[in-house]
Amino acid sequence: VNHLTNFEIFLLLSVLKVAVVLVITLLGVAYTVLLERKLLARMQNRWGPSRVGPFGLLQPLVDGAKSFLKEDMNPLAVERPLFILAPIIALGCALISMSVVPFGAVTRVQGVDLFQIANVNIGLLVILGVTSIGVYGITLSGWSSNNKYSLLGSLRSTAQMISYELSLGLSLVGVVLRAQSLNLRVIVDSQAAHGMLSWNIFGGFQFVAFFIYLMAAFAETNRAPFDLPEAENELVAGYHTEYSSMKFAMFFMAEYANMITVSCVATLLFLGGSTSVFGHLFDGFLNTPVANAIFPVCWFVAKVFAFLALYIWVRGTLPRFRYDQLMSFGWKFLLPLAMANILVTSFILAVRG
Amino acid sequence: MQLALFIVFGALALGGALNLLLQRHPIHSALSLVVVMMSLAVLYWSLGAEFLAAAQVIVYSGAIMVLFVFVIMLLNAGKEEHTPGSRAAYTVGFPGAAAIFCLLSFVFLSERGALMTSNIGGDLSSAVDNIAQLSAMLFTRQLLPFEVTSVLILVAILGAVVLARKEQ
Repeated sequence: VNHLTNFEIFLLLSVLKVAVVLVITLLGVAYTVLLERKLLARMQNRWGPSRVGPFGLLQPLVDGAKSFLKEDMNPLAVERPLFILAPIIALGCALISMSVVPFGAVTRVQGVDLFQIANVNIGLLVILGVTSIGVYGITLSGWSSNNKYSLLGSLRSTAQMISYELSLGLSLVGVVLRAQSLNLRVIVDSQAAHGMLSWNIFGGFQFVAFFIYLMAAFAETNRAPFDLPEAENELVAGYHTEYSSMKFAMFFMAEYANMITVSCVATLLFLGGSTSVFGHLFDGFLNTPVANAIFPVCWFVAKVFAFLALYIWVRGTLPRFRYDQLMSFGWKFLLPLAMANILVTSFILAVRG
Repeated sequence: MQLALFIVFGALALGGALNLLLQRHPIHSALSLVVVMMSLAVLYWSLGAEFLAAAQVIVYSGAIMVLFVFVIMLLNAGKEEHTPGSRAAYTVGFPGAAAIFCLLSFVFLSERGALMTSNIGGDLSSAVDNIAQLSAMLFTRQLLPFEVTSVLILVAILGAVVLARKEQ
């Protein structure tokens, strides 16, 4: 180790971190699909996938192999470069947002933080920016497919995402006002004092913001009850009608990667991130460096997992909205509510501060 | 590191700008413009203006350009034909571009001494919070221009609503 310069160590560890986070995220995506199929099946009184491996645990690997081996069809009338670029943009943007997420407590090895790829001052804005670029993947896929169902599906999806991005961004302002920073670490630290009681959703009185974020996040990721872009009885399969094989799988993975990102952001902003539910109550228990590094990551994963389960629960429970209902809900209810939340939060903070 | 970023993304911005002019399909041109915007954002960030970079990505590439692409898609604009272009562009364009180039290089060369010693982005180093500084500036010394700009945008929104409702 001694004959490497600081920069080389930083570079090596960073590349390693990126690789590990990428692999874990992709595995997470694969197993979120399985989790969804299993949970939905149990809600509908079925077994779900159960044949491949014990309890169907190897199903995602087999699905992946199937997508790889299928024939990759390119319809003749598509706009070739954009048709291929679109799924890459969608998946790339979905994965890039993970780079600013802090997964655990600050744990430095050779001066490099182990549980976060990049600690950026404007981490929250980076996530919002990358999400807004992800819209291009869907827009371009619909247009380049040269198919009316694809185009209509992508128009719906893009309009929905742009509309709900506003409420999403505004719902986060209350949290930023409380933490007085856009740095995700600082936001997490602002909720660390008393465990669950100082989470933004409870102690911070940001439950209205959390409700808005929840609704907007469902709409942003095109999930039930706002999964209109792929309303199969109206639009065949929406923007990915013409896609097959690996290119379809990339859209599919992007959807689940976005779900994971959204769950991570919800965890960081409203549920205290990687801090313990019990605050500092059990700090003396198992107080070793390794345990102190691992337990926060476990909390983080547990919270993200709970949020994903909520996603699936909602999908198994609620029917799909109509398109005009979706738009009026977003513009006439969520947006004013988010603005009112900002005014009330900043007023209270101004009075108290 | 900063030099490498500058060279890569400066080249990308120039390439995108050239591609914007040379492409014949409006969607390809619009996407080249997105590339230019994103490269500019990286350049801003490498200079220490991180909030400006984020605003550039969210506002320009994420909102305005999506709208452009949307409109082009909905109008179903076809390929453009290359026309010889207006006579005025040729007679004024090249001398004008040359004049601007000369003016810029004259300013840079004559102010070389001052530019060499100035620390670009030094005030915006990540040690001090960029956004706190910006907002303090916006809400104290620049309050009037800030509010006037907001009113201007409000007027534009109202105008759009009036225009859209006229048919009823």
